[in-house]
Amino acid sequence: MLRQASRLLARAPILAARARPFSTDLPAAQSADATFTEAWAKVIPNMDPPKTPLSFMQPRPPTPSSIPSKLTVNFVLPYSSELATKEVDMVIVPATTGQMGVLPGHVATIAELKPGVLSVHEGTEVTKYFVSSGFVFIHANSFADIIAVEAVPLDQLDANLVQKGLADFTSKLSSGTTDLEKAEAQIGIDVHSALNSALTG
Amino acid sequence: MASNAAVPFWRAAGMTYITYSNICANLVRNCLKEPYKAEALSREKVHFSISKWTDGKPEKATLRSDSPDE
Repeated sequence: MLRQASRLLARAPILAARARPFSTDLPAAQSADATFTEAWAKVIPNMDPPKTPLSFMQPRPPTPSSIPSKLTVNFVLPYSSELATKEVDMVIVPATTGQMGVLPGHVATIAELKPGVLSVHEGTEVTKYFVSSGFVFIHANSFADIIAVEAVPLDQLDANLVQKGLADFTSKLSSGTTDLEKAEAQIGIDVHSALNSALTG
Repeated sequence: MASNAAVPFWRAAGMTYITYSNICANLVRNCLKEPYKAEALSREKVHFSISKWTDGKPEKATLRSDSPDE
């Protein structure tokens, strides 16, 4: 019985290691809804099934076996899509854990963004945006989705308003009484000092 | 799993992420140059009507068009 137990134990991990790939290696998404079309054909065989949202979407590209040469970036805001599947060399995102450089082949990551500068590097040109906050989802197939609530090119920022805001919120922090007021003042200071360093740095 | 992991200061003060994110976005919009500032603020204006319901029927609706607030 002990011999059989060790055999079973030895068998199980080998099977598991071979059959279960990494959870970050996603298979390519399907482009048509197979179960829906089958069910439709059973009930209404004479008509073509309507297209489902799945068939309008572009399927997710599979994770390639070798690292691709370009990173594909989707940068979206609630009111516009700044970059849509744009192929770039690198993006530097202002994550809460610091400036994070994303190259093709980056490990799959989800990062929360803090107010800061997002720079997109394509060849020799660098495009910079100031991002208010958001998230970046980096997928294993070298696609990066950056979603932000507000993102502006740096030349649209007014340095005087930034300085004034910084001074305002610094005084509000010392005069604040409730936790909420102090938190709001602290947010103001964080955002304005990030704006300041974006304009001067 | 640490359930008392270091929380951000705004969550410790009782604010949700959405509120924090909207405050940040408003602050950035207020620091824009004209005419970008006017465009951004007009883009974020909301208009909505509220009506209280009693006995399954709506009472008179009030139309509000608050300037964007957190």
